[in-house]
Amino acid sequence: MSRLSFSKVKPERVKQGKSIPIRVLVAKVGLDGHDRGAKVIARALRDAGMEVIYSGLHRTPEEIVDMAIQEDVRVIAVSLLSGAHMVLVPRILQLLKKEKVKDVLVLVGGTIPEDDAKILKKMGVKEVYFPGTLTTGIVEDILRYTSEPKQKLRVKKS
Amino acid sequence: MGVKFPLHTKSKSRKVLSHDEPEDINLQVKERKKLFKTLSGIEVKRFYHPKDAMSGGYEQTLNDPGCYPFTRGIYPTLYRGRLWTYRQFSGFGTPLDTNRRYKYLISQGQTGLSVAFDLPTLMGRDADDPRCLGEVGKCGVGVSSLEDMETLFEGIDLSRITTSMTINAPAAWVWAMYLAVAEKQGASWKKISGTIQNDILKEFIAQKEWIFPPEPHMRLIVDTIDFSVKCVPRWHPISISGYHIREAGSTAVQELAFTLADGMEYVKWCIEAGLKVDEFAPTLSFFFNSHLDFFEEIAKFRAARRIWARVMREKFGAQKEKSWLLRFHTQTAGCSLQKQQPDVNVIRSAYEALAAVLGGTQSLHVNSLDEALGLPTEKAVRISLRTQQVLAHELGVTNTVDPLGGAYFVEWLTDRMEDEVQKYFQKIEEVGGVLPGIEAGFFQQEIANAAYAYQQEIDRKERIIVGVNDYLLEESPDIEVLKIPDTAEKTQIQRLKSLRRRRDHRAVVQRLRDLQKAAKTSKNLMPELYEAVKAYATLGEIAGVLKEVFGEYRERAVI
Repeated sequence: MSRLSFSKVKPERVKQGKSIPIRVLVAKVGLDGHDRGAKVIARALRDAGMEVIYSGLHRTPEEIVDMAIQEDVRVIAVSLLSGAHMVLVPRILQLLKKEKVKDVLVLVGGTIPEDDAKILKKMGVKEVYFPGTLTTGIVEDILRYTSEPKQKLRVKKS
Repeated sequence: MGVKFPLHTKSKSRKVLSHDEPEDINLQVKERKKLFKTLSGIEVKRFYHPKDAMSGGYEQTLNDPGCYPFTRGIYPTLYRGRLWTYRQFSGFGTPLDTNRRYKYLISQGQTGLSVAFDLPTLMGRDADDPRCLGEVGKCGVGVSSLEDMETLFEGIDLSRITTSMTINAPAAWVWAMYLAVAEKQGASWKKISGTIQNDILKEFIAQKEWIFPPEPHMRLIVDTIDFSVKCVPRWHPISISGYHIREAGSTAVQELAFTLADGMEYVKWCIEAGLKVDEFAPTLSFFFNSHLDFFEEIAKFRAARRIWARVMREKFGAQKEKSWLLRFHTQTAGCSLQKQQPDVNVIRSAYEALAAVLGGTQSLHVNSLDEALGLPTEKAVRISLRTQQVLAHELGVTNTVDPLGGAYFVEWLTDRMEDEVQKYFQKIEEVGGVLPGIEAGFFQQEIANAAYAYQQEIDRKERIIVGVNDYLLEESPDIEVLKIPDTAEKTQIQRLKSLRRRRDHRAVVQRLRDLQKAAKTSKNLMPELYEAVKAYATLGEIAGVLKEVFGEYRERAVI
């Protein structure tokens, strides 16, 4: 798998002291080429002091989970506007489970009908963001969710 | 101009303000905002004056409709002669599902077809490709072979309807499939008409559905243009598209500048390949977005025609008048649709459609109210079609050509759009041209910056979007969402498997081998592509043998 097209964006305002910036993987999965939202979110999170890794386009769920593990991220923010969310997002959740990755928040954003969003949340997605969501709200959510004490990321790779 | 505007205020010395003293006006009358600007960030004055408009002279900058430089329209009669084509873009599920939708649209008065393909098709992949899991039939119709194309147009007479196909990376062989269907129907290639989008540059810049690196894609585009000129003369082999550039977050100025720069790049490649400009230029067509900034959009369409006419005549030396004309299709802005209070989208789309008509579009797609949630339902599409019909028959805007021509503000803004576009042409030249600009991420970065700035304005409430950051409802009304059945993917995979069993395997292998051999030379690939699709070689198989010769593209992502 090629890792060359990762884009890493260091936070502009790294928190002082012991506090380590939250690491977020902004992920584009499947064949969807709509990257406007993903890029806007990546910049908004960076400007809010987070460390953002952007997957680049056309990734498989396997590649996304692998990146999340390698980069030791706290959050995977998946952007999907292709209608394939009910197949690709559950696959990511399943792979995270298989790799025994816990404490990674999965957020999803894009053109997702509300009924599907409910199902995805039941499956383990922390939040689903619809078109029109303000980035400030997403930043607040991530700060709130990640302020809950985090256990060490447990990864067992066979 | 000696026009003075007396302003009645309570100040002791009543002052007469001339047009040249806008700052004085601001001192005396408080306005809602410090700065009024278009969506592209062009600062707009309180009012405009005859001095602001047409400083270049009427004949030179505007001229009558149908006269160079065509600012006011490419035809002398425009909608008095013929209305624009109602072309609602649609496609979902299996070819059979979409075929039914087409027949419905035609029965409701639609005058042209427009095919939306699913992502696997856009990427040149077959339905059973493992990378296509969950994507088949989702945001368009899946077409993996000639058999699918036959089903898609079953019972639709291709000699009587024009078809636009939004297909880019594999456009050459998807078009070959369409040509094969036409041939089977007995529709002459000399008579059929339509468009393939076939614009790979905007894929690299914005839409991001590609197969090969830019150069082999450019070669395939030149091949299709060349083939079209010789064999399918009424076809538009390319629709140079700003739509997706805008949807990816660009401003109107960037949309126009990048699209016209792409257009010039195609012309350059065709000329370098030995094609005569006056032979192929009349087949070129364009595709623009119509967003919410009403006057800016109208100015954009008018400026587009003028810039292109001048470029074709002066830069490329085209002699025929037909070569100077910028014909375009318009779609209202998908990115202006909101999930919240979706009914409001009907209003947004109607205004955007009006701008397109006042801008002189040749064909139009009006988005549906439910498209921030998924593909449109039949009912939602009907409202879109009705929006077009109201515009055409009830509003009176079709009675005269370019009704806003001569409006001080519109003319000033048209000039400004042209100036700003020229500045971008300069910048593109500085980065080494269109292809080096793509490789360096220049366009992508410009668009990402504009998209982020726009979102920040909304986040900070500097820009109000009704229902999103103001005028909210506690609960957004529920609307029906089109569900694509999961069976579409299974059906398509089964159809494909069955086809692979039924077809003449030897012929497929031979045609693919011939194609690969031809790809290594510089000859036009259309004949080999045509033979391959006729033998029922699949979309993905053709992409596969070409990838072995051309390689694959991977983007270096910029944020």
